[in-house]
Amino acid sequence: MANIKTSEKKSKAQSMGMHTEVLTGRTQQKFFNPDEAENFYYFGTYDVDFNKRTDLDVMNMSAPEANKEIDNLMSQGYGTIVIKNPQGKHSLGVGILNKLNLIFEGSLGYFGMGSCDGPIVRINGRVGWSCAENLMAGKVVIEKNAGSCFGAAIRGGDLICKGSVGARTGIDMKGGTIIIGGDAGAFTGFMMQRGRIIILGDVGINLGDSMYDGTIFVGGEIGSYGSDAVDAELTSSDQDWLRRKLKVAEIGEDFDVSKMKKIVAGKKLWNYDNLEPTEKKGAI
Amino acid sequence: MCGIAGLIHRGKSSNVGSELQGMLQALKHRGEDSTGYALYGDTDGKYFIMRFKVGENVGEGSSSVMEDVSVYDERKKIVDQTLSEMGAKIVKEERTLPYSLRYEIDYETKDLLDFSQRIESIPGVEILSMGKSLEVIKDLGNAKMVCDRYSLDKLVGTHAIGHARMATESGVDIKSAHPFWGYPFSDVSVVHNGQLTNYWNNRRVLENKGMRFMSECDSELIAVYIAQKMREGASLEEGMKDSLTGLDGVFTYFVATKDSLGMAKDTMAAKPLVLYESDDLVAMGSEEIAIRSVLPQEIDTYDPFDGEVKVWQI
Repeated sequence: MANIKTSEKKSKAQSMGMHTEVLTGRTQQKFFNPDEAENFYYFGTYDVDFNKRTDLDVMNMSAPEANKEIDNLMSQGYGTIVIKNPQGKHSLGVGILNKLNLIFEGSLGYFGMGSCDGPIVRINGRVGWSCAENLMAGKVVIEKNAGSCFGAAIRGGDLICKGSVGARTGIDMKGGTIIIGGDAGAFTGFMMQRGRIIILGDVGINLGDSMYDGTIFVGGEIGSYGSDAVDAELTSSDQDWLRRKLKVAEIGEDFDVSKMKKIVAGKKLWNYDNLEPTEKKGAI
Repeated sequence: MCGIAGLIHRGKSSNVGSELQGMLQALKHRGEDSTGYALYGDTDGKYFIMRFKVGENVGEGSSSVMEDVSVYDERKKIVDQTLSEMGAKIVKEERTLPYSLRYEIDYETKDLLDFSQRIESIPGVEILSMGKSLEVIKDLGNAKMVCDRYSLDKLVGTHAIGHARMATESGVDIKSAHPFWGYPFSDVSVVHNGQLTNYWNNRRVLENKGMRFMSECDSELIAVYIAQKMREGASLEEGMKDSLTGLDGVFTYFVATKDSLGMAKDTMAAKPLVLYESDDLVAMGSEEIAIRSVLPQEIDTYDPFDGEVKVWQI
């Protein structure tokens, strides 16, 4: 059990109750030893062969049944799985922590591909609300439109929608890249903390409202800026990155990125104004 | 949570009762305290169709007070007598359930306000809908239960809207169930998903203008609000666009009239809606699975944006 001692230095953040204790002594943290690599097992992962391919018809399956079957197929080494007849079902493909080629021949409902870490996914239809929420790594490509809260709270990976998306795209995102080929709705980038959003079309009202950090690039018209979202200079390195990213994403390769607008956080929110740099970290 | 669904066939009729039942049943996980249908059937337009109730469903889960069934008969008699006094002739009468009735009425009038006020002055009586095509049917239970109870699966018409309700801000009863009739306008109905935060302010203003509220369900405000705008001369689309600023809160709602269907989404876009649109059919619902119940093949759908209003004609 770790010993707990109270920090003697009283900062403003501490007086606000943000952090009053520090841990000392032994912790539960384990350090990785490369010599013991074979003993480590990452739960929910399998050795799969991308050339080993199969189809899975989920027409008459519930979402838990379909997801268990995907897991079962991965455990058998299948590295490419084609899902037939998803029929707009909710929560398909969630929690995949594996390298995997996953293809949906149809549309998904809410929370499709949520909490994934690693798969390469192509969805040949539309997705509902909160697609790829909490994505850690991998790539998810949607050929048609997407609903609201697209890429909510993602930490990493590439999330690409070739059509238009609803409201609150990239809400609370903490990393990764979201690319939209069409238009985006209101409150895009709401409270985003890190990562990048690229929108080739128009975007709705309150863009980047209350964003802490991160960058938003917009190719079309902006309905209005949200609180603390401000314009920034589009540098040549930004343009190089945009060209490279759009090419990799197979979307808008010929798009004139030099005319895109770059929006960042003005960092005038209360926590940026009132706290010292070391305290900001605690506040966030 | 609640779920809403609607569809309109353009240039043809279809079995809208069965189609809407499938759409609403697909949304039953969003709420099955009550389910309601507003169906626009094929009629010759000669007579008014009046759907009304003389009591509540007091079955399991209901928040209504138990009444002796005999009072239903008493109320029905007074309704019949009042209709006679107003010169309205009952051409056809159906009593699906002890508390739920459907009349076809031969009545010459354009303003239904006086008519409705007299009928609803009878204690315990509420007109669910009035129109030449519209029939509002709502009751406790999920879509299939209500559809079976009222034999709606064979109803043929051009368009329909419906609602699967999870009661959150008012009782589990028929009077709080959707759709709401756009009193006192013939053939106007509304379903809503969301919460309205300036309900009481708007209600007081509208009541002072002579409009009536039968429940304390915030969604009823939309029907009354749109109806009042239309009374003042606005078109359906104008009234809906006005509601985006006049109503405060989060909402997605549908309005249907005799020959049109409209949708509106608030400026926060906080409530879901998925829409499919083709030359001959528009289908929409809170979730894509509702649309899939009538269009199982791969289709292109999208989410309307914040502050969007759309109206389609049959």
